[in-house]
Amino acid sequence: MDLSFVVVQFLTGLASASNLFLIACGLTIIFGVTRIVNFAHGSFYMLGAYMAYTLVGPLMSALGGVVGFWGAVLLAACAVGLVGVAMEVLLLRRIYRAHELFQLLATFGVVLVMQDLVVVIWGPEELLGPRAPGISGSIEIMGQRFPEYEAVMILAGPAVLGLLWLLFHRTRWGTLVRAATQDREMVGALGVNQGLLFTGVLFLGAFLAGLAGALQLPREPANPFMDFNIIAEAFVVTVIGGMGNVLGAFLAAFIIAELQAFGILIFPKITLVLIFLVMAVVLVIRPWGLLGKPEAPSGHGFATDRPLRPLSGKGQLAIALLLAGLLALPLVVDDYGLNLAIEVLVFALFAFSLNFIMGNGGMVSFGHAAYFGLGAYGAALTVKHLGAPMELAILAAPVAAAAGGLLFGWFVVRLSGVYLAMLTLAFAQIVWSIAFQWWEVTGGDNGLIGIWPSSWASGRLVYYYLTLIICGAAIAVLWRAVFAPFGYTLRAGRDSPLRTDAIGIDLRRHQWLGFAFAGTAAGIAGGVFVFSKGNVDPGVLSIPTSVDGLVMVLLGGIQTLTGPLLGGAVFPLLEAYVMPLTDYWRAILGGVIIALVLAFPTGIVGFFDNRAHVASEAREP
Amino acid sequence: MNTVLQVERLAKAFGGVKAVTDLSFGVEAGELLAIIGPNGAGKSTCFNMVGGQLTPDSGTVRLSGRDITGLPPRAIWRLGVGRTFQITATFASMTLRENVQMALISHHRRVRALWPKANGLYREEAMAVLARVGMADQAERACGVLAYGDIKRVELAVALANEPKLLLMDEPTAGMAPGERIALMGLAAEIVRERGISVLFTEHDMDVVFAHANRILVLDRGRAIASGPPSQVRADPEVRRIYLGGAAEPPEPVS
Amino acid sequence: MTPLIAIENLDAYYGQAHILFGVNLEVGRGEVVALLGRNGAGKTTTLKSVMGLVANQRGTRRFDGRDVSRLPPYRLAQLGLGYVPEERRIFTELTVMENLEVGRQPARDNLTPWTPERLFEMFPNLAEMRDRPGGRMSGGEQQMLTIARTLMGNPSAILLDEPSEGLAPVIVEQMARSIAALKAEGLTVLLSEQNLYFARELSDRAYVIESGRIRYEGSMAELAADESLRQAYLTV
Repeated sequence: MDLSFVVVQFLTGLASASNLFLIACGLTIIFGVTRIVNFAHGSFYMLGAYMAYTLVGPLMSALGGVVGFWGAVLLAACAVGLVGVAMEVLLLRRIYRAHELFQLLATFGVVLVMQDLVVVIWGPEELLGPRAPGISGSIEIMGQRFPEYEAVMILAGPAVLGLLWLLFHRTRWGTLVRAATQDREMVGALGVNQGLLFTGVLFLGAFLAGLAGALQLPREPANPFMDFNIIAEAFVVTVIGGMGNVLGAFLAAFIIAELQAFGILIFPKITLVLIFLVMAVVLVIRPWGLLGKPEAPSGHGFATDRPLRPLSGKGQLAIALLLAGLLALPLVVDDYGLNLAIEVLVFALFAFSLNFIMGNGGMVSFGHAAYFGLGAYGAALTVKHLGAPMELAILAAPVAAAAGGLLFGWFVVRLSGVYLAMLTLAFAQIVWSIAFQWWEVTGGDNGLIGIWPSSWASGRLVYYYLTLIICGAAIAVLWRAVFAPFGYTLRAGRDSPLRTDAIGIDLRRHQWLGFAFAGTAAGIAGGVFVFSKGNVDPGVLSIPTSVDGLVMVLLGGIQTLTGPLLGGAVFPLLEAYVMPLTDYWRAILGGVIIALVLAFPTGIVGFFDNRAHVASEAREP
Repeated sequence: MNTVLQVERLAKAFGGVKAVTDLSFGVEAGELLAIIGPNGAGKSTCFNMVGGQLTPDSGTVRLSGRDITGLPPRAIWRLGVGRTFQITATFASMTLRENVQMALISHHRRVRALWPKANGLYREEAMAVLARVGMADQAERACGVLAYGDIKRVELAVALANEPKLLLMDEPTAGMAPGERIALMGLAAEIVRERGISVLFTEHDMDVVFAHANRILVLDRGRAIASGPPSQVRADPEVRRIYLGGAAEPPEPVS
Repeated sequence: MTPLIAIENLDAYYGQAHILFGVNLEVGRGEVVALLGRNGAGKTTTLKSVMGLVANQRGTRRFDGRDVSRLPPYRLAQLGLGYVPEERRIFTELTVMENLEVGRQPARDNLTPWTPERLFEMFPNLAEMRDRPGGRMSGGEQQMLTIARTLMGNPSAILLDEPSEGLAPVIVEQMARSIAALKAEGLTVLLSEQNLYFARELSDRAYVIESGRIRYEGSMAELAADESLRQAYLTV
């Protein structure tokens, strides 16, 4: 590796850093003022690329090459900025007081809608834009060719940083934004219309993401996967830099981009693992990022004041009837029905395990699919590479998930609230990218196939009963744990960390164990799942799978025990019966999520439950 | 008499602002020591350093002779220090009984148990503590729906659950009606006297302070400016100047 | 003459806790009125509610005769009601000048408009630290800045929440002089205080609040002379 190569690689890293910074600084500015982590930021980026693609042709022919190209880039960014404004006015404005989980979910609903919208408008193919006129050649650096466009990109990051500095320090608007970042209520009490300020901030943030997308067009074709690919990286950058800190985002973007530029030479298959290591080190040393400031966890949990009650006589009867029904199910349904029933059981366990840490423990995981997937891959890899039979391989599922839960959980429990959610998501994305990139071992995008049960269990009937036993037992153990001192300890930590500490409990340690415990249960679900399907691919540990889990829990009701079970059971059924009827499953799901959050900021079952509870309390003396 | 708590030369600054400077005092067995002083005098900072929520910049805190400076709150609790907070900290989604049971489960080191039902453990003990603070009849209600004064009693019960030798009470009557204040502190004083527990408390209600404290320590801007029995503190001109300001005469003792 | 600030039947809640019970309160134009009470009596909640900063509150609020019960805080500030919070809430990352800039609102025709230079005459300490971040100022300096910041909005009335709290006696005296100067300018002030000495020098009238209810309303001189009243509601 000679020096000139290193220099060019470094410069390539700088160009990527600029792009990453443009996205991440918008994310961090929006968070700073509104306290909302905008999941849809990746969608803004994607939209920027598509809009630029549409605008660049007509504008270049109308205004000439250079003016047309840059005009299209700016216009695309402005258009995305207006999309941001629309999102603030129509959605965010209504949920500033909602729980941060619902805010994240609502913006994720926007992600889903945008994904389908982009395919409807621009089609599913990759769209490559024209090269930037005038700077489409390359320059020579120490004997190596380096694209001129990349050189311009290198300048874009510092230029935007400088302009933002001027905006924030030399204009009244910028001063107000910085003030609102610290204390938005006080800014309002001083006569500043916060609504307008927030709308403006959304415009700026979306504009920057759109700009990044538009500038990316000559480097990478616009495609419908750009949003997910970028959002996890943008989260990592904002977390490392310190949420709400623009300069921190700049530093972190530089670190991450250079790490990728050189990491790809050293560990070409697992560059994201390097990023994970850096993030882990930073968060252990500085839990609030490089330049971030510690802040009090947001006080509003979704905890109700309702104590846990064991099942009533009626409830026990219902469970007994349900069990009997499940046992008798093979008498009335065919193999297709049994397959669906297996999926129902698997996802009921998945959702229930998520709720163990989320509803019960107050830790909102946006990456629970990682442990489901680790279980699935753990089992599949044991079959593929060790030639183990199902009986052994299915044991590898919880082991792999537990190992992942212990490793990631150790970092996760050091944070809380929205930081915790973002970190879980980043970890899940890392596991996903390993499964996706490490082709020799995991089969990459294609995944692993031919993971079938042993012959005695290969019939659907036997496998259904096996699933019923395993998932049923796991759910029973989790259920019991909720009522046991361990579950109470986690709930205590959710209700009052201060008091938990003051009665001698090392909360972080127990949250860590709880996180791993729930992960293990999700891993069991994943292990059962992989043998029912016969294959596994990275989709099982993707962001959408994690969010499916959240939707299941929320659909059912986060404050109940039966709710998440029900949600987990209903979701695969909906998917099976509704998805084939429409091409816009994601948009519908996204729309439903947004509608749910707007209508019931406390969750559906939770909502009705609270009303019933308030009514019953009112009757008490 | 043996000293339960001995604080020596304690200091803490926040970003250059000295919250507590060179503070020393002791609490004897069975004694109720009140810390008073204007807002910002350093009462809460002092308290949080004794309870482990804050680590002092310098100085030592000793519990029955043992150095506990800088230990985390959970370790200090295990050594026999119960605590109530200015803004109550209880488990809102648990019943009163479960709140106390949680403390007992932790005391018996069973928080990691996965099988037994938590609300079946140490039931009688929990009920006995609740009965002592007069909350037994509401044991099955959720803590989150109680009136504020009642939550204060639950906090007291939780703090008493592991039979501490020292009780730290930060503004125990804040946010309560005057009548309730006297009753709550009277109850606390009665319980600690019958069990021989020492108490360190801060309080802004002088009626409560003069009615129950054996000794009073007066802080002003991070320093101790007076210390002694209530009658002596009340007569101290410096104290009257900085603290008992509004009154032409010091308040009458409450019998 | 209609009072500048008029509050009728104000109730306020934090979560399930009922904090204020039917508070009635009036402040005439040019008057300095003290709201006295112990810690936790409801002074801060009253001032916050007047500004509309308490999420769950009921009652009628009038400013300059106009019903403002449903207006958000920023509209009240624009109408000329300034709020100086007890916790100061300085923007610690912003410099003194930037803090003042956040508070700036257009001039009102009836009063001489406030500029940073005029404010620096009133608070000379601040003039020496124009570019210092708010986080690196002492408590007293922050208290000056928080008042100056609100004055930048050219208010016709200000709500001043315990300005003497936690300050050294010499700073308290300085603060009292500043408030007296503001009164001389014709500014209307609703002042919440625990410190009777401080309030007595400045106020025309007083209200005493205890457990969320107004217990006394009358002249400051009468209150200062009434030993039993002070004993019941004010002595610490």
